[in-house]
Amino acid sequence: MASIKLTNLWKHYGDVQAVRGINLDIGHNEFVALVGPSGCGKTTTLRMIAGLEDITGGEIEIGENVVNEVPPKDRDIAMVFQNYALYPHMSVYQNMSFGLKIRKTPKEEIDKRVQMAAEILNISELLERRPAQLSGGQRQRVAMGRAIVRDPVVFLFDEPLSNLDAKLRVQMRTEIKKIHQRVQTTVVYVTHDQVEAMTLADRIVVMNEGVIEQVGTPNEMYSSPKTHFVASFIGSPSMNFMNCQLAKTAGGLAVRLSDDLSLPVPEDRTARYAPYADKEMTFGIRPEHVTEKRPHANGAQQDIDANVNVLEPMGVDTMVFFNLGPTEICARAEPTSVSEVGETMGFTVSMDKMHLIDPSTGAVV
Amino acid sequence: MSSNEMTGMTTSSGEALQENRVPIWRLRKAAANYIALIPYLAFALFPFYIIAITSIKSKQEINNLGESPFWASGIAVENYTFLYTNTSFFEHWMVNTLIVTTVSTIISVTVGILAAYALARLKFRGVEMFGVAVFITYLVPQTLLFLPLVDVINLIDDFIPIRDTYWSLILTYPTFLIPFVTWLLMGYFRTIPVEVEECAYLDGCSRLGALFKVVLPMAIPGIICAILFSYTLSWNEFLYSLVFIQDEYAKTLSVGVFTELIRGDIYFWGSLMAACLLGTLPIVILYGFLMDYYTSGLTQGAIK
Repeated sequence: MASIKLTNLWKHYGDVQAVRGINLDIGHNEFVALVGPSGCGKTTTLRMIAGLEDITGGEIEIGENVVNEVPPKDRDIAMVFQNYALYPHMSVYQNMSFGLKIRKTPKEEIDKRVQMAAEILNISELLERRPAQLSGGQRQRVAMGRAIVRDPVVFLFDEPLSNLDAKLRVQMRTEIKKIHQRVQTTVVYVTHDQVEAMTLADRIVVMNEGVIEQVGTPNEMYSSPKTHFVASFIGSPSMNFMNCQLAKTAGGLAVRLSDDLSLPVPEDRTARYAPYADKEMTFGIRPEHVTEKRPHANGAQQDIDANVNVLEPMGVDTMVFFNLGPTEICARAEPTSVSEVGETMGFTVSMDKMHLIDPSTGAVV
Repeated sequence: MSSNEMTGMTTSSGEALQENRVPIWRLRKAAANYIALIPYLAFALFPFYIIAITSIKSKQEINNLGESPFWASGIAVENYTFLYTNTSFFEHWMVNTLIVTTVSTIISVTVGILAAYALARLKFRGVEMFGVAVFITYLVPQTLLFLPLVDVINLIDDFIPIRDTYWSLILTYPTFLIPFVTWLLMGYFRTIPVEVEECAYLDGCSRLGALFKVVLPMAIPGIICAILFSYTLSWNEFLYSLVFIQDEYAKTLSVGVFTELIRGDIYFWGSLMAACLLGTLPIVILYGFLMDYYTSGLTQGAIK
């Protein structure tokens, strides 16, 4: 158990800047997910924490110690790799006990820990097998078991579920959460799957082009994204974005999407958005905040009518695509209340859930 | 492994459907495969056949032009006893060759493993240039390389007497074996997933620890291959042995047989063939023992 502190961390590969001066504090026993698109620097950051990549600039602290110059073997870290990286010439038992054996742990202790980890992961009957004789899911468990037995101060996961099929991925996701609840340790978890990050992590770190866009709890990331990138990255299906003009009206402000379509800004946001009046902005609204026409719960909700372009039934909801001004957007509607494709349908937009983005900075205002 | 089992299962169930009768097309296909192999086998095995058959012929039979060269009328052991009684074949040549081959293979594979690992894994300035340089070194023909080596051996001989001893060969064989082994293993090390090695670091291994405990066990097929090839190359080596050694008792097989069993225009055909046959046996035995390791894939299961 240890905290991790990254201070002004940089990583260059020649001219390419993979990580650009990030700062991050990870608390004791905290589960932090680094999430972002390919090439955003999340895996590089993880590998720098592990000591597998040199640091170009900045400082990494684990516990109270700066570990910039500490080799991986002395950092007391365990890592689960994307492709499992099991030792193919060793049995499952040997794979799991290897790290303890290197550290000269007494035999009885090794045996006790391996048996316990095997029990947690439900792989007790596989201990004598070789990795080649295991399925993908079983290999994944062994890779995690190998990390658990070590009882390290920090657990690192590098996209551990991305090689599993969809069903197994969901199952293993739950198991990882359970294991973290049982084996309390600091976890840094890298993934490109925002659902994984949302469901597992105490806090999410969204990275883009080598910098941290935002750090926060899953709920904060969802309801109060700070940048256009975070708003588009978190949430599935992703947020709708439309170019708009913030127009002054008699009652306050309105989001002008086209010549004949304006949606009034809720009163409580007028003061916040006032400096951006008459400017070209980006209007963002999540699909779940555009629904079939409903009785209004508050004064901020607005009704609009539009022709349905495409329907995507998901079971519990149906995603409805329609044009709002020049842009096609997605709404989440009750399956029984949707119209046929080509027909007109009424929608309710919850403007109190809207986001307004300044396109010149990409910041949510 | 599971996929093999799977294939096995489908084949057997497929055959069961056809009531265990092998279809004609499959027999034809098998026959075609074997027929295609015949020309290859004829070229590959015919010289061995002639060597074997000539070595068991008596001197009279070999020199009798009326007899067919392809058959032997009986089995004569005189050629083998001649080797034993009249030459240093077993007592010196075979022993010398075994020593030279084994020691130079050990040296070359050890140095080659370290060099190949460094070139395949470590990042340092000029690593790629170095890799290419290793390959180019291997391409320099021995027929050119022996000239400067004569000078080197003479120079060393001024301090330590190594000329006319097998030490001169143990020193010079690695000059062509190490580049070869390095090049071969470099490619093999690159196929070993780097994550497995990184995992060993995190498990507490140093770089050397990871090399010995994780990388080398996974590279066994490649190392076996390197051992087999460098053993064969030095076993068959002729030029350096011919140049550096004149003393009959210090000679290796390839040169001993050539210089002592051909005297001017007199060829001891029977004994020559017997010597050739016996000379290839150790290599054949070595291949037989190591082939299983060589062909098995050891990295299976390491990664997805």
